[in-house]
Amino acid sequence: MDFLNAIALFCNFVLVPATAYGAQLALGALGITVIYSILRFANFAHGELMSWGAMLTLFLTWYLQSAGIHAGPLPTALLALPVGILGTIAMALATERIVYRFYRKQRASSITFAIVSVGVMFVMAGLIRFMIGPGEQVMTDGHRFLIRAVEFKHMTGLDEGFAIKTTQVITIAVAMVMTGFLFWFLYRTRSGKAMRAFSDNEDLALLSGINPDRIVAIAWILAAILATVSGTLYGLDKSYKPFVFMQLLLPIFAAAIVGGIGQPVGAILGGFVIAYSEVLLTYAYRKFLAYLVPGDWVPEGLLQLLSTDYKFAVSFIILVVVLLIRPTGIIRGKLL
Amino acid sequence: MKQKGRLYFAIFVVLVFGVGWLQSWNVAFGILNMCLISAIMALGVNIQWGYAGLFNAGIMGFIALGGLSAVLISAKPVSEAWSTGGLDILGSLIISGMTVLVILHVRKKIAPPLRIWIIIAVSLIGYWLFQGLYSPAVEQIEKINPALTGYLGGLGLPIIVSWLIGGLVAAGGAWLIGRISLGLRADYLAIATLGISEIIIAIIKYEEWLTRGVKNVTGLPRPVPYEVDLIETRWFASLAEIFSANPVAMASLLVKLCYFILFLGVLAILMWLSERALKSPWGRMMRAIRDNRDAASAMGKDVTGRHLQTFVLGCAVCGIAGAMLVTLDGQLVPGSYAPLRYTFLIWVMVILGGSGNNWGSVLGGCIIWFIWIQAEPLGYALVEAVTLPFEDSYWLKHHLIENAAQTRLILMGAILLVVMRFAPKGLIPER
Amino acid sequence: MSGGYGTGPDIIHDCDLMVEAGEIAVVVGPNGAGKSTAMKGIFGMIQLRAGKVFFNNRDITALPPSDRVLEGMAFVPQNNNVFPSMSVEENLEMGAFIRTDDISSTITRVLELFPILQDKRKQMAGELSGGQRQQVAIGRALMTEPKLLMLDEPTAGVAPIVMQDLFQCIQDITASGVAVLMVEQNARQALAIADRGFVLVQGRNRFTDQGKTLLANPEVQRSFLGG
Repeated sequence: MDFLNAIALFCNFVLVPATAYGAQLALGALGITVIYSILRFANFAHGELMSWGAMLTLFLTWYLQSAGIHAGPLPTALLALPVGILGTIAMALATERIVYRFYRKQRASSITFAIVSVGVMFVMAGLIRFMIGPGEQVMTDGHRFLIRAVEFKHMTGLDEGFAIKTTQVITIAVAMVMTGFLFWFLYRTRSGKAMRAFSDNEDLALLSGINPDRIVAIAWILAAILATVSGTLYGLDKSYKPFVFMQLLLPIFAAAIVGGIGQPVGAILGGFVIAYSEVLLTYAYRKFLAYLVPGDWVPEGLLQLLSTDYKFAVSFIILVVVLLIRPTGIIRGKLL
Repeated sequence: MKQKGRLYFAIFVVLVFGVGWLQSWNVAFGILNMCLISAIMALGVNIQWGYAGLFNAGIMGFIALGGLSAVLISAKPVSEAWSTGGLDILGSLIISGMTVLVILHVRKKIAPPLRIWIIIAVSLIGYWLFQGLYSPAVEQIEKINPALTGYLGGLGLPIIVSWLIGGLVAAGGAWLIGRISLGLRADYLAIATLGISEIIIAIIKYEEWLTRGVKNVTGLPRPVPYEVDLIETRWFASLAEIFSANPVAMASLLVKLCYFILFLGVLAILMWLSERALKSPWGRMMRAIRDNRDAASAMGKDVTGRHLQTFVLGCAVCGIAGAMLVTLDGQLVPGSYAPLRYTFLIWVMVILGGSGNNWGSVLGGCIIWFIWIQAEPLGYALVEAVTLPFEDSYWLKHHLIENAAQTRLILMGAILLVVMRFAPKGLIPER
Repeated sequence: MSGGYGTGPDIIHDCDLMVEAGEIAVVVGPNGAGKSTAMKGIFGMIQLRAGKVFFNNRDITALPPSDRVLEGMAFVPQNNNVFPSMSVEENLEMGAFIRTDDISSTITRVLELFPILQDKRKQMAGELSGGQRQQVAIGRALMTEPKLLMLDEPTAGVAPIVMQDLFQCIQDITASGVAVLMVEQNARQALAIADRGFVLVQGRNRFTDQGKTLLANPEVQRSFLGG
């Protein structure tokens, strides 16, 4: 019984939240990786693109809610998501046309691109804060829990509750659908294969008659879709705060590099590595251990390796270790 | 080109005078002092970007390290805290340092299959020892008079000392992070620095025994006289009479003037050093490396080593500026460090001023800070003008005016993008 | 043709190359003679300062490379000529990217031409040996069913035995009426199978004749074939 309690505790506070968080990071890192593999620069504006997508979705959600339209037990934001995606695609394509295309034709260095993306980040951050304000917003509605802690206790007779939030299930399900779609696109469609070809060998892709403008546009569309979905899922799971997305930039970049930049599989892997490490290292194991060992063996203190205040440090430390030991990432990616 | 630069500086001076006439001299000098600090920050970033082409996305962290030094140097020591937990804290820090040294040693000396396990064992033991000393000590220190202190305090030295120390501390941090990420390509440095800056901010925010965290350290001693003391002196009273000015306003102005002179002095020294460095053989080599890394490396130049030098120097300058900033404010507010303001705004300054040109960075720092401050009321005015046709009670109008200050972020982004596109060399191009 | 890279000096001067359908034309010459540059000039990858490029009696000097592919030209660069992280089959598919019709018959034909690739269809091109990779590269170029195939040093970094196979394959390709224009370092073997040979020196035509005649020319032998 104690063993089961320990498992329930672990699932409730580590496994499920970390999996949901990992899925959000993985989708964000995929967006970074898509842009990196086609345009070959570290896009500092990606966090703001996520924020933009989530904001548009949130606006429409409010509208739908005020019009009395709901998605039953699911959050209304899911209904608004497609429109949010369209708006974010428009934004991404606009930055490509107005800002990035010029540097692309010049074949500017990746650092120039990165600095330009800082400019884009500023503009988007300003627009977002101007439009929605810097405060915190609640995105989710509908049924908050799929399984409530109390219900779980009743059902199983365990002392520990195990709750699953609706948003966690949605996050994982949507993330799976999204990655499935992405891989289908990249490996089964002509455009997707052309994208991989372009990423692999740009000059040869041009020789084969692949139109670079089209490939770049598709890359931005994919990045916008991924950004909106990951931003919205993060907002649903936690809440929507404009400045959070700049802090998310670090774990997302870390996930992309740790997995192997330019490698979609690597981005997913990296996202989960970062998320699990973050949660595992900042979880206080005292109660968990108390179920497993005799009472007087349990040491004092929280048994927490790292305070939750330092969760960002985890992604950084993993990043540094990977840079030192295997700079190409887990799945050998292109060296930045 | 030189004349163009002079013209820009003249325009800036006119702008500041304009603020002096129209708003108040107090505001003008307030802006001017921050302009000088911004100029120093921009100078630091220019050393990295302009001399060597390094993209540092963690400027905020090094500025904050300087700010931390200001507290650690100048705050009054809390002797009770030192006697209860100070030694334990020191001990725990020594232990963590030793652990890292042992791990590095193991990495060098022991062959792979065993190595990883020894490293894990060493880190666990080190961590256990560290926690044993650290956690109780922190708890005790934070318990001592939490409303006023609850931290170790500083050394109680004059705060000016911290400007130098702030530079050194930032340099130390830069050396560590540079060693790790400089051998790799440029974007990695950006991401690694982005990470280290977030961690530095986290430490300053959450290690209350060190900085009081979000409770802020206030009332740091000043290097210049206090207004209340000034007003009481006889010479000041007579001075105020001569100018027939309000003594309170005049005292405040005089204090700002003192800061201004101090900051100008620091800027002048740093400028002189930077210009000399840029014109020296070292500076020429740096630019050669920046322009053609492969050729320089083929000629036997130690590119990574040179990059590390510039990176450390640039961060040191940012650290100095960070300490000056805290000195000017008289307090450390960890919650105020945000990357847009302390990292990316500095980038806008450097890009606008002219990468690779020290005078350009100073100009960029001054102008961007001026715009940053003045754009806020302008943003309000603009939004109010645009929303004039709407009723005052209209929710959207209210909402937009409430967030009008955010428009300056858009303006900064636009400046960066326009300069990058149409004048990539900036206002004062590199010679 | 005259031209060079960017705003730099001209690398090729009044260089003149031609090939007829079903023929092999080989360009040889010392290092730095502008052989690769000439190829890029023909394919429109560098700006020509003077001269014209004709294809099927049509002036194509102004066309960008992608349009030249549509006209029926194909180019295999010397380096980085495959998509390393894509399978052999996908490499071939990408070669036919501009085609909208059914490409399966072309794939079958290419795989018949290079039987080794048949077994490695699903393997990543980056994992293949040098010779096999060249075959993938040529196969990719053939996927548009070009009338002119341009090869830049197809045997660079390939073992001598494999080189013979490659030359055999190239002869097979011309048998179906395709014109082949190639740059080669292995001048002797290449000229032996060439209908036409061009010797370039410092960006200018030095000798132009039938491949066999050039091989027999004592001056060519002395200067360029190592005695």
